[in-house]
Parts: sequence; C-alpha cells; structure tokens
Amino acid sequence: MKHRTFFWFILPTALAMLLFIALPIVSVVTQSLFTPHEQVFKTVESCTPFKCTEATVIDTEATEALREESPLGRFAGLSIYLDRGHLATAEVAEAWRSSDGLKDFFNKLGNLPFYRAMSFTLTYTFVVTPLLIILGFAIAVAVNSLHRHLKGLVIFFSLLPMIVSPLIGSLVLFWMIDSRGVLGTALQWLFADPNLSLKASTGLTWVMLIVYGVWHSAPFAFVVFYAGLQTLPQDTLESSMIDGATRWQQTRYVVIPHLMPLVTFVALIQLMDNFRVFEPIVGFNASAHATSLSWFIFNDLGGETRLLSSASASSVLTILGVAILLSPVLIRTWRDFNEKG
Amino acid sequence: MFLKKAALASVLALTAGGAFAECEISARVNIVGNEFPAIQTIGAGAKECTGAEVEANLTADHQKINLAGMTGNPAEYTSAIVANSSIVALMNDDVIRPLDDLVAEYGQGLKKNQLITIDGKVMAVAFMANAQHLVYRADVLEQVGVEPPKTYEDMLAAAKMIREQGIMEHPIGGAFAGGWNLAQEFTNMYIGMGGEFFKPGTAEVSINNDAGIASLEMMKALSEYMNPDFLTHDSNATNAEFRAGNVALMNMWGSRAATMTEAEGVSDEVKAGFAIAGPMTVGGGEVPATTLWWDGWTVAKNISDEEAASTFIALTHAIRPEILNEETSLQAVWLIDGYEPTAAATGVFEAATANAVPYPMLPFQGLLHTALGAELTDFMQGKEDAASALADVEAAYVAAAKEKGFLQ
Amino acid sequence: MSSKAMKQPVALRTFSTIFVVLWLIVAAFPFLWTLWGSFKVELDFFSKADWRNALTGARTMVEHGSAFTSTGYEGAWVQEEFWRAVLNTAIVCFFTVTISLTIGTLGGYALSRSSYRYTFWLLITALIFRAMPPITLVAGYLLPFFEWNLWGILPTTIIVLVAINQPFTLWMLHSFFQKIPKELDESAKVDGCTQFQAFRHVIIPVMWPGVITTGLFSFLLAYNDFAVTSMLLSKENQTMVPKIASFLGTTQTEGNVMFAVAAVVSATAPLFILVMFFQRQIVSGLTQGAVKG
Repeated sequence: MKHRTFFWFILPTALAMLLFIALPIVSVVTQSLFTPHEQVFKTVESCTPFKCTEATVIDTEATEALREESPLGRFAGLSIYLDRGHLATAEVAEAWRSSDGLKDFFNKLGNLPFYRAMSFTLTYTFVVTPLLIILGFAIAVAVNSLHRHLKGLVIFFSLLPMIVSPLIGSLVLFWMIDSRGVLGTALQWLFADPNLSLKASTGLTWVMLIVYGVWHSAPFAFVVFYAGLQTLPQDTLESSMIDGATRWQQTRYVVIPHLMPLVTFVALIQLMDNFRVFEPIVGFNASAHATSLSWFIFNDLGGETRLLSSASASSVLTILGVAILLSPVLIRTWRDFNEKG
Repeated sequence: MFLKKAALASVLALTAGGAFAECEISARVNIVGNEFPAIQTIGAGAKECTGAEVEANLTADHQKINLAGMTGNPAEYTSAIVANSSIVALMNDDVIRPLDDLVAEYGQGLKKNQLITIDGKVMAVAFMANAQHLVYRADVLEQVGVEPPKTYEDMLAAAKMIREQGIMEHPIGGAFAGGWNLAQEFTNMYIGMGGEFFKPGTAEVSINNDAGIASLEMMKALSEYMNPDFLTHDSNATNAEFRAGNVALMNMWGSRAATMTEAEGVSDEVKAGFAIAGPMTVGGGEVPATTLWWDGWTVAKNISDEEAASTFIALTHAIRPEILNEETSLQAVWLIDGYEPTAAATGVFEAATANAVPYPMLPFQGLLHTALGAELTDFMQGKEDAASALADVEAAYVAAAKEKGFLQ
Repeated sequence: MSSKAMKQPVALRTFSTIFVVLWLIVAAFPFLWTLWGSFKVELDFFSKADWRNALTGARTMVEHGSAFTSTGYEGAWVQEEFWRAVLNTAIVCFFTVTISLTIGTLGGYALSRSSYRYTFWLLITALIFRAMPPITLVAGYLLPFFEWNLWGILPTTIIVLVAINQPFTLWMLHSFFQKIPKELDESAKVDGCTQFQAFRHVIIPVMWPGVITTGLFSFLLAYNDFAVTSMLLSKENQTMVPKIASFLGTTQTEGNVMFAVAAVVSATAPLFILVMFFQRQIVSGLTQGAVKG
C-alpha cells in the first residue's frame, strides 16, 4: 500500500489516539518527574461547629509565590519511582544488608507495597491467562459442534460473565461467596469445615480472585476462537481425514496452527488486562490481601489529598511492566511480521 | 392577573409547607456535592431561587471532580459541598474564597457555630453534623444482664458474655474494611487513647508510640469478636450483619442510625431491640474514641463577585430554618436553628456534648489516613506486630508527604 | 458445517455436550441467582442469617405477603429514574460502536495491507497505549475538559471511549483482515479500482465476521465502562454502570442495594432481547466465514 493511501486510512484512528492517549501519556510522564512545591505552613485558630482549636494550614500566599516561579513544581527526577511507595530502592538495599538468609530478605521485601503488589499481580497474570485461553478454546470447540439453533442461546449465556459489568459482577459474587452466602455455604459443606471463609485468608482470597478472573475473561477468548474456527479451511481438514489423521491429530496439526495468530492476540490482550487487575480487588474489598499497580493508582487518586506524581509514576511503571511482560509475544509478532513482509 | 398571581403564590406557599421565602439571584449558581438525601434537600432548596440558573451536580464521585471543576477561571462550579476532611484539598489548592463579607451582608440568619472559621476567615458554612457512636441490641444486652457499654473495655466484656452464653458467635460489628474504613477506626481509637498524630506545628508524624500500640491492640481484641471476614466489611456490610441479627454491638455512623431498621425485611426482634447511645471511651481516656464531622458548603474563588453573592444567597436560602419538617428532620443531624434532635440523632448529640474532637482538618491528615488504610491490614491479620505496622504507616506517610512537599 | 470432517463419534459428542452444559451453569448461575434475588427484599438477598432465605424469600414473605416483590424495580425505575441512564447508555453505546468500527476498520485494513516497517511500530505503539490505566488518563482529562466546557456531556465521553478503545479495535481487526487473502483486493486493483474502491467493493462484503466480533467487544466496553463514565459525566447524563454504583451508597450514607440489584438485572435484559432478536444475524455473521483459507 502506498504511503499516501496508508496515511489517509490511518488518519482518523491515529488522531483519536494521539489526542486522547499519547498527549495524556506525555503529561503523565512529565508529572511523574515533578512534585509539588514545598508547602509553607502557618499555625492559626480554626473554629468548627464544635469548638475552636489551633490548626496548621498551608500559607497559600507564600506557596503561590513559589508556584509561580516554576509552575511545574520541583524537579524530582526519578525519586518518586525509587521511593518507598514504588521501587523502594533504599529499603530493598537495607533489607538486603540487614537480613540473614534469603527467606528473611523476601519477608522484608513482602512488607514493601510494590513488591507485595507484584507478587499478587504476577501470580494472577500467569495463572489466569493460560487457564482462560484453554477454557475459551474448549468452549469454542464444544459450541462449534452444537446444532445451529442452539448456538445463539449458548453464545448469549456464555457471554454473561462479560456482559455483567465487572464492578457489579464481582459484587454479586462477593455476596454469594460470603461465609453465609450460597457458594460460601456450599464450599463449607464440600470441605466439611463450618468455619471456612474465603474472605478471611490471603491464600483463599487469591484463589477466589483467580477463579473470578478466569470466569470473567473466558468468554472473550471463547468468542475470538469461535470466530476463528469459522474460517477453518475445510479442505485441509478433509484431506487430513483421508490421510487417516485422528481427531486429536486434526486438532493438533490443523485447528491449533490455524488459531495460533488469534491465540497470540488473546494472550497479548489478556496478559495486559490481567497485569492491570483492578475491579475485582475493589469489588471483593480484597485490598487487605491483594493489591496491584492499578489499585495503587486508585488509592493515590482516591484519598482526600491526591498524590498525582505518585499515581503518574505507578502508571508509567504499569506501562513498563506490560512492555516487559509482552516482549516475548512482541518478538514473535515481529518475526511473523518479517516473514509476512 | 392578580388572581393568577395570588393563586400561584398560594400554590407555592403550600408546596413549601407554608414557609416559602423570597430568593432572588442575579448570576448563575452551580453546586457540586455528594448525593445523600440531606444534600438533595439543599440542592432542591437552592433551585427555588429565581432570576438566574441554578444547577446542581450531586454525585457520589463529587470529590474526584470538585477540585478540577473549581480550578479553572471562571470555575465551572460556584460552590462545593464538603466535609471537614474534604475541605482540606480545596484549601490546599486555594480554590475557595473567604465568606466574611458575604456573611456580613446576607448571612444574618446563620448561627455563629455554623461558620467554619480558619485563621479568622469564614471558609465554609456547616449545615449538618455526624459522628460514629454505639449502636446496640438492647434485648441482647438485657438477656446477658449488662448495661450498654460506656467504654470499649465494657464492650469486650459484654461481647464475651454474649458469646459464652451462645447467643451470638460474632457479637461485635465494625467497619474494619481495609482502606478508608480501617484507617477511620484507628483514628477514632487513637484519639480516644489521647494520642497526637503529628508533632505540633509540623507535618512530622508520630503515631508509633504507646497510644498507637494500645489502639491497635484494642482493635485486634475487638476483631476477635467479629465475623472473620471483618477486613472486607465496610459500613454497608456491617449494617447488613446488624440487620440480619448477627451483631449486637457496633460503632456506627450517626447518619445511618435513622435508616438502620428501615430496610425491608428486618425482623421485629432486631427492630425492637435496636438502640443507640453515645460514643465509647477507651483506655481510661476522657475524650470519646470517635470524631465529629460536619458537612457544609463553600464558595469558589475563581468566579465573579456577583456569582459568589448569588451562590451565597441561594445556599443560605437552602438552609433556612423553614426547610425543617418531618421528612427532612430525619435526613440528618442539622445544625440549623430550630432543629429538634430526633431519637436517631441522640448519638451524635451525645458525642458533641461529651467533648468528642472533630476529625482533624490538617493539610496532611488525608495522606496519613491513606497510609493507615493500606498498612494496618498486615497487623490485623496477625502477620506483623503493632510496632512494625505503625513503623510501616509512618514510612508510607513520609514518602507521600515528601512528594507533596509537606516534609523535606 | 455438515462436512464429514466435523462429524463426531457419540462418546465425544456426549462429552462435549456435558461440558457445554457445565460451562453454561458456571457462566449463568450468578446471573440467574441475581435475577431470582432481585424480587426479594435486601435481607433475603444477602441472606446473612441463612442462605436458604434467598431461595424461599422468608423475610419477603413477612414483609410483602408473597415470596416475590417488585419494589426494587419500582424504586430503580420510577423513584430513581433509571430509564434516563438506560437511554444515555444506548446513545453512548451506539455512537461508540459505530465510530470505533468505522475508523477502526479503515486503520486496521491499512495496517494489514501495508508491509512497511512502520506498520509494525504503529501496532506496538497502539499496544503500549492500551497499557495505560484508564483512571490515570481520565484524571488527566478533567482539567482541560472543565476549562473548555466539555465536561459532563455525552459526546465527550463517546470520543474518549472511542479513543481508549482504538488500540484494541485496531489489533483485533488487523488480525482479522490478515486472514482475508490479499489477492482479493490486489486483483480488484488490477481491474482498475483505487485502494478505497477495492476496500469498499471487495473487502467490506467479506469482513463481517471480524467486524461483528470486534463490534461486540466495543459494545461491551462502552456498556460496562465505569472509569470513564463515572468521572466524565454529570449526574443527569450518567450511564447505567455509574448509576448502579451510586445506588450502593457510601461509607456514611445508606444506599439501596435492592435498587442496584434490580438495575443490574434490568441492564442485562435489553441485551438478552437484542441477542435473541439478532441471534440469526450474529451467529451467521460469526459463522459465515466467507473466506476459505
């Protein structure tokens, strides 16, 4: 395709992304390198309906003067990235020096928010992604062999976990798995442990979040694979039949290779989404047991005093994390691309 | 023509409960605030004003948009309805104006204690109050033969008896969900223990002390009598437990007391046994382990004086004593002249008379609150001891405060 | 579909049917449970006292004299005017899907037909764009939108949703277009068509399975979005999901959970009707597979 034609075809979508994603990313990166000015305090008397007390407030005039001098704030370099809320380099170094043995070191690491969040996020990502691809594939193959009058209905019900908004879907499940909810009771009965509570232990909370993640995202993989199965080359399948291939061999050597580009696609999208896991943590009120970088951002922006620089730094770290996570898939895509070229 | 006017006037008089007051404004008014019923009443009251457009965007996400919506010049919102914790963000960024001139000119009807004064300047006008206090099941306490607890120690003793007599397995409820709620409970307890959050006049945090540890130990002791899922229970979930009859004692928001047994399906037993009392003290302290809250309105800085005057007039109109009637009296503990406390309001009133302290209006209190909410969960799960949990809180706070420029 | 290669032995057929049934139960059970519970009072729905209450509606019986009540629906639809949110959602979804697909098919097609290096880098950039957490993006929009008086209205939200959704749409359509053999449009071009004419007359007729699938996801994104809609829409323009969230109440104020539950069910019902109504189109759209590899 000519450069010129290409340009006109890509222009609308590129413009939209440039304005609403690229520009904000630039501002976020800038934001993460600057912090607000030092605040000048003064002590004053403050009166509420209840009583008057001495209180510290910000001297807005003095602070305003500082702000006008350099509107972006103080240049902080990478210090936000390295502080305790993020990579915590100083604390990690200290933990390394003072700990006896690796176990102690990892314990100390687990006490730092970033590393604790990473341990959950990575576990979640690497358990959920393969499981949902396998489940989605199995559903797609099974649904594909159904009678065509049933397909519409089955597709609709299969989509339900995706249709019900994550915020609400996780809330509904949250109520159901309560130790006195229907699923909670069922599990207590199943494991013969009347005190079993999924929400009270970290391990079980993780399992619950992972099950939710697979449940929620499997329909996505299912629909993509299902659409892919429709373009399956029938003649290749038939000739493999004539050659005496078993059903398993057909699946292994015809169906899976045919779907491979879609598997790559689903893996890319899901690795990214799972790395940014957020809604279930909020929906399940699970922040005591599991956190993620996206949850950090939510926490920084949700407090009474917003930490914009910290949230920006977490966002940039998310992008970097995703880039690292996806690099194997991207390299593969690069190779495919060159072959195609 | 006259007849028509008279008819209109009488209709208006009727709809306003016979207390329709004139409210003429000359410039636009746009209010952003939370959406609970009392604030809806204020919004509707401001909209009665004629002469210019009055808009209100009342939403639960108000805190996320009010600062951005008041930063521009001219500001989108001419007023934000805030509480003592959330006014801080607006003052830190200097987007609200002092109201002294406006109070002198248009605010004769306001009571002195409604005016939130900081550094001698009126920054907000409060219209309602709130506090956490004891909510209990009178029937259950009677059954075990104890008085409603005055202290947290009594609460533990009562809970022990309730459990031992097999009445309830988890008699204590509490909004201990990780995050904002847990931090709020610590704040209450720490104040009750007589602790100071910061070294006076500075932003240097100092909670890793005996009061802090005692507070955490008390919270841990309480959690032993709670549903094991307590770290996921926010005030909604805690209320649901109480309504289901699983909980006999809890520290709950006054603003939710009026509707506690209103929900459909609450059993008669719970309805009859439901009772409220003032907040409890802890560790032999004098000050109740709770915080007082107010909700009030502010006026934006980056708007014309005419808009500011209109906003002030409209909102003063919205909180005039005549708005109080049977329905609105139940919506909140009003700070308006002529408000007769309803039964549900006694808890908040007792908190105020027992000299409870207001939630601190410090510029950096919000940062400490966020740090508490995130770092105390390890202790509550028994993964680390109280001192190291508090050390973690301090470290998290210091990182945040440095970023914000509160600490060097 | 009826080719010999697809015929299955009985054992496999049974196995796969059982599997589908099991999956359907797992997928639909929480929803059916919610549907059933939406006609109960709050205490039965939570069933904190005894889980069986949610089935039998013991407290609903006491309160309303029957095991079913529609108070949740009345509250949500009449008292809280949930229909406004439904209308807003319909508008947002319709325009988001249409605009996304229009500019996305153009872009995705171009990306699949150009073999220059920059197409790869464009795709990678789009992917990295997608990695940006939406909450941060939205927090950045607030100030300029307020400044330019764009905040709170539906068109702003639609454009933002389209933009945020573009990377995904591009990737998905790009991979579908790659499955359409290049020879199709190349031969049209040999016959004297311009690139756009080739796209218009040759590609558009065969691209529907991919476009429908992508459209489905764009739709779900717009339909389910919370981060963008809750921050960028004023109260009267709110869509369903933030509206439902607002029924849940906050720390200090009572919500009405049953309104939320009824609203969740109501929010899903139109989709059910939509899918039932268009099921032939959707299934044949997905099934057509106009292209034989």
